[in-house]
Amino acid sequence: MPTQVTTNRVEQTIFDGLAEVGAEREQLSREATFEALDVDSLDLVEIAQIVEDEFGVELEGDDVKDLKTVGEVIDLVVARSS
Amino acid sequence: MVPEGCALVTGAAGGIGAAIARGLAADGWPVGVNYRSDAEGAERVAGEIERDGGHAHLVAGDLRAEGAAEALFDPLEEGFGPVLVLINNAGVRADGLSPQLGDEQWAQVIDTNLSAAFRTTRRALGPMLRARFGRVVNVASIVGPRANAGQSNYAASKAGLIGFTRTVAVEVARRGVTVNAVAPGFVETRLTEDVVGNGIVDAIPARRVGTPEEVAACVRFLCSEGAAYVTGTTLTVDGGLSA
Repeated sequence: MPTQVTTNRVEQTIFDGLAEVGAEREQLSREATFEALDVDSLDLVEIAQIVEDEFGVELEGDDVKDLKTVGEVIDLVVARSS
Repeated sequence: MVPEGCALVTGAAGGIGAAIARGLAADGWPVGVNYRSDAEGAERVAGEIERDGGHAHLVAGDLRAEGAAEALFDPLEEGFGPVLVLINNAGVRADGLSPQLGDEQWAQVIDTNLSAAFRTTRRALGPMLRARFGRVVNVASIVGPRANAGQSNYAASKAGLIGFTRTVAVEVARRGVTVNAVAPGFVETRLTEDVVGNGIVDAIPARRVGTPEEVAACVRFLCSEGAAYVTGTTLTVDGGLSA
């Protein structure tokens, strides 16, 4: 069952997901860029799967290809779920 | 250590798909047995798996239909966890010389043999990436790498499947997900019953056609833990025909 969506919950889930794919926890912030975190396109596919599993929100390739920061992904998930 | 999950075999009501489904069940995987129209055949395969102590779940569905991948995966995931082994076996033929091949004959073969494999693979990869384990095996053919007059649509679909296999393999290799193909030659199935014969056996170095179980044995290897370092390859199973 998808979890109820709140901004805090989405942020926590995405931070956990980024750590799971190898990002350094101390570098995680809304402003952090994926490039700085060394998060690549395959990592983002996995983040999208985590988001779908947790919140039932589907993020496709076109949705995320232009996103540069962690905060942009969080905002997109929150917007899609409302 | 292989995580908990299940296998899905498309086109598993008979022939090579049925042999693969039985083989993966014998290896301990709960198996989704997909079929389009042969419910009786699929029920027989599922019955054989259950009789031998395995778990089978029938998943009906035409892979060309919109939303087909979801319809196949959702019930399996609910019952058995993520699909960690995907066998894209469903295939059709609609033969004819290229000048006379109709658009529908072309589209039917490309959609079933190639596009459906893309859609099921796309659906499977997310959970496989999360699990850090996955096995995708695409059942291609020696037709594709080799010519066979009257099968330009089939050849294009199978050659496409091999190219697809290689590329997806390199995309996901670092997550413990392997993507391979098998390329059977002449195998005793309904799909080939009208082409086996006519002296074809004389052209096969092994001097016989293959069995579905011999193709399944190769698929079972590619799905095993022991094949973790094998990815992006095509294993030819043809009695030496294309050697």
